[in-house]
Amino acid sequence: MSVQELEKIFQGKVDQEIKIEPKDWMPDAYRKTLVRQISQHAHSEIVGMLPEGNWISRAPSLKRKAILLAKVQDEAGHGLYLYSAVETLGTPRNQTIEDLHSGKAKYSSIFNYPTLTWADIGAIGWLVDGAAILNQVMLCRTSYGPYARAMVRICKEESFHQRQGFEILLVLSKGTPEQKAMCQDAINRWWWPSLMMFGPKDGESTHSDQSMTWKIKRKSNDELRQQFVDMIVEQAKILNVTLPDPALQWNAAKGHYDFGEIDWVEFWNVVKGNGPCNKERLEARRKAWDEGAWVRDAAAAFAEKRAARQAQQVA
Amino acid sequence: MNIRLTKYYYGDIPEENTGGGAGTVTVKDVAGWPLWEVFIRSKQGLDHKHVGSLQAADAQMAIENARDVYTRRSEGISIWVVESKHIHASNPDDAGAFYEPANDKVYRHPTFYDLPEELKHM
Repeated sequence: MSVQELEKIFQGKVDQEIKIEPKDWMPDAYRKTLVRQISQHAHSEIVGMLPEGNWISRAPSLKRKAILLAKVQDEAGHGLYLYSAVETLGTPRNQTIEDLHSGKAKYSSIFNYPTLTWADIGAIGWLVDGAAILNQVMLCRTSYGPYARAMVRICKEESFHQRQGFEILLVLSKGTPEQKAMCQDAINRWWWPSLMMFGPKDGESTHSDQSMTWKIKRKSNDELRQQFVDMIVEQAKILNVTLPDPALQWNAAKGHYDFGEIDWVEFWNVVKGNGPCNKERLEARRKAWDEGAWVRDAAAAFAEKRAARQAQQVA
Repeated sequence: MNIRLTKYYYGDIPEENTGGGAGTVTVKDVAGWPLWEVFIRSKQGLDHKHVGSLQAADAQMAIENARDVYTRRSEGISIWVVESKHIHASNPDDAGAFYEPANDKVYRHPTFYDLPEELKHM
């Protein structure tokens, strides 16, 4: 069968909402796009543990500490589901991880911002996880089976993340003047980076977008960003906080909130590696990898020894 | 004039736009742990169902990792793991011909039989 015929069959399946599975024929560009996107997503989960990990030992109570530990452990799990999905596309795990450590692969820029106060943990849960969930809910219907299944599991777990973040802020927003100020300050710092998570503006593309045709994605950046703003503005009222955007106001004609322009210079700066914590995050990952080498070696040696002992018992 | 604009998505920043931090680091090869497929029985009376895969040095470690990764919220009461290399699969490209023998045997289905309305409990 010619490539054109195979592509036609492939696109036919996608159009009929039939999931693509690992052993099915797929265009090379589809495979490549998926490997890039899913691995960036996996790296985001893993690097995303770092800003929060910063507060595990400083959490204000044992309850908060246990919750934060559980959340960070979930993120590790999410990274693993996604690395496994990349493996089904034929890219070995060490290759994927090496690409992160060498700086070749990217992760979400949001994790290159520092967590300065406890309220940041609340703001991450509410805003950052809130933004991620909108993407992830959409991705539950993505055309590649293993990716979609991983996203379904992730979405189930993310809901707790967002709720615990909102609850942290809710408690602070009812606290002392210092606590209220801390809550507002965290929201001021995380608002714009959260909007940036949806990526550049759609622009006036006259070409049909490949990721949409392949149904890897089903909503554009701007659609998701608008959805996020509309949702958060309402929730902010419950917290009795302001969002740091003077242009933010209800547009009755559109039925949506209007909002100000994102600082795109900052956006591209952080993407290109010049954010507040880019260097620190990658170094932390490399250090963890290098210092964990003996654990991996020991586990392999122990498995070998155990296998040898079992073989001896059988003989 | 048609202007081609590239759209980017969360988790989809193209490589050519990723500057800083790029350098070569040597990552020592992973100890070469095999890949395992994980099957979980969610409750007594149900089949084990494939839930995903993971890497582990041996079967015991695979089961322990599967517990940590796939049953953090009481999703299972029994775990099977099998090394991925031991799984043999039918070829999706041959699916048409492979399952063809079943297509013309409609008499295997109960609805094939034309029976009188007054016949009950059958």
